[in-house]
Amino acid sequence: MGYLLRRVAFYLFTAWAAITINFFLPRLIPGDPVQSLIARAQGQIDTSAIKSLYILFGLDNEQSIVEQYFAYIGQLFRGDLGLSFTFFPTPVSEVLSDSLPWTLGLVGITTVVSFLLGTFLGVLAGWWRGSWVDFVMPVTTFLSSIPYFWLGLIAITLFAGGGGLFPSSGGFDPGVVPSWDMDFVWSAVYHSLLPAITILISSMSGWVLSMRNMMLTVSSEDYITVAHAKGLSERRVMVSYAARNALLPNVSGFALSLGLIVGGTLLVEIVFSYPGVGFQLFQAVGAKDYPLVQGIFLVITLSVLVANLFADLIYLVLDPRTRKEG
Amino acid sequence: MAMPTADIMPMLPPAGQPVPATKKRRQRRFLGNRKAIVGLFLFGFFCLLAIFGPMIAPYDPGKRGDELLISPSGSHWFGTTHLGQDLFSQMLDGSRSVMLVGIVAGVVATVLAVLIGVTSGYLSGVGAEGLSALSNVFLVIPALPLILIITLSLPDTDDMTIALVIGCTSWAWGARVLRAQTLSLRRRDYIEAARATGESTWRIIGFEILPNLTAVIAASFIGTVIFAVLSEITLAFIGVPGVSEWNWGAILFWAQSQQALAQGAWWWFVPPGIAIALLGTGLALLNFGIDEYVNPRLRSGATKVRGVKMRVGFTPVLPAKGAKR
Repeated sequence: MGYLLRRVAFYLFTAWAAITINFFLPRLIPGDPVQSLIARAQGQIDTSAIKSLYILFGLDNEQSIVEQYFAYIGQLFRGDLGLSFTFFPTPVSEVLSDSLPWTLGLVGITTVVSFLLGTFLGVLAGWWRGSWVDFVMPVTTFLSSIPYFWLGLIAITLFAGGGGLFPSSGGFDPGVVPSWDMDFVWSAVYHSLLPAITILISSMSGWVLSMRNMMLTVSSEDYITVAHAKGLSERRVMVSYAARNALLPNVSGFALSLGLIVGGTLLVEIVFSYPGVGFQLFQAVGAKDYPLVQGIFLVITLSVLVANLFADLIYLVLDPRTRKEG
Repeated sequence: MAMPTADIMPMLPPAGQPVPATKKRRQRRFLGNRKAIVGLFLFGFFCLLAIFGPMIAPYDPGKRGDELLISPSGSHWFGTTHLGQDLFSQMLDGSRSVMLVGIVAGVVATVLAVLIGVTSGYLSGVGAEGLSALSNVFLVIPALPLILIITLSLPDTDDMTIALVIGCTSWAWGARVLRAQTLSLRRRDYIEAARATGESTWRIIGFEILPNLTAVIAASFIGTVIFAVLSEITLAFIGVPGVSEWNWGAILFWAQSQQALAQGAWWWFVPPGIAIALLGTGLALLNFGIDEYVNPRLRSGATKVRGVKMRVGFTPVLPAKGAKR
């Protein structure tokens, strides 16, 4: 329990840090942050939006920075992230609640699947090292160096568009009404297949490589030699002795790099015009929609923190040592 | 995107293992690694491109021409854009911004990582714990959105400020690895001995610990360069203002916004992607070279040890200590 409590405390601290960064960033800009944002937007902001910016930044009345800070945190707890420019006068929170489920579905599922699949392949690659499997390594290296979004562009060219197998954009057919019936679910799954495969191919290779290296490191431990000497079957040694122990660092690596992966996967949404948070981020950057970008940053950070907590729970189940400690 | 997951575990050889004798021999061993050589070659190639590329570009990358959206030919090696701009020149011109941001961000992040990682690893107490917590916070916060909101809040941005922003947000991974290494080093006998003879803390860190971290620092530098290059290209692809005009990501941005896909203009987005992947692969190979140099177990043994057949599965069969390599 002690382990888990410490982790929760750490995530709360991180969430607070993210909120504080969000609060202070626009205030660190010398001069009037609203004016400089307006200058950057080059006349794309209408006057009512300017007012909402002043309210968001707490510059509408004479408050000290401390008062502004607490007012901002109070706003956040009420789920108020300000108003979006792009979809004025829709609140940012409303815009996000439309797009978040799409992203959680696509990015969440593919990230987990890619980790599981990559780890499994890594176990095999580590076990059969020194055979032809080693030649797979340069290929995976190359694949993991490709930006996700570029692979998405290639996938669209090859498999979508004019008469292709898959739709090239959107989250569902324009003719279907979003609801929980078969038509819509099927259409949504069909539209997410190509982006999902893109993310899988480019993110999996990292797990294959790291799991393989972990297997090689574990392989020289004495308990592996003992297991072999006892005459256990190859498969038993591979799965229950080697992979079981090599998995632990890989799981903590997974938790640590979630923040990096999510950034990359969000971009796939842009290429596929998928109606998720990533595509929204793209639109927000294009329109200099600062409140929306800030809101997206917060929501992504919080989701990653929650995902991290889950990874910790899994680690707790996998590693008995952490349970004993508390 | 490259994920340096494997770096978490300590990469130093176990305490008992003999350290190779001479410097020359060590160099030969690193350069004898095929991965490292290919990596160095690719990295060097892109460095040369960054230096000379903009000079040898056949056209002005922004100049419009009459031949719109034509496929690669003798006069336009990589074809042209919808405005008749020469894509080959754009690629050459963009290489400088890509490499510059990558290397500057890598240097900034590595310096921060060494300062924070080694300090928090070697010293103990509240300050060290605080630094370690700080790097964990930076590790967990999604990097790309953070970089985005920082660059969007800055009044004006150019390649240098973007490099600084990327550098200042991406040191956490290196700091974590370096901290773990330093923690394992500080309990070694020779460090204890140095402390017992009354060496000052900074001398121990500078002359006893840092030299033994060289490989880890190099690996973390290369990892950060990969990350910085990808981040910068991503920023340009999203359309963040301030990134240099013909950055590879910017080329992709125009390709995407001008519907290059729908028009079948593959020459518009294939070269930037291949260039990014080649640069990334080169850097990753260089990193594997360092990894295998430091941790001999990772070498793909079968090809090297002649006469000994690697068994399928585990318990690697290595020649006994002292046998010739």
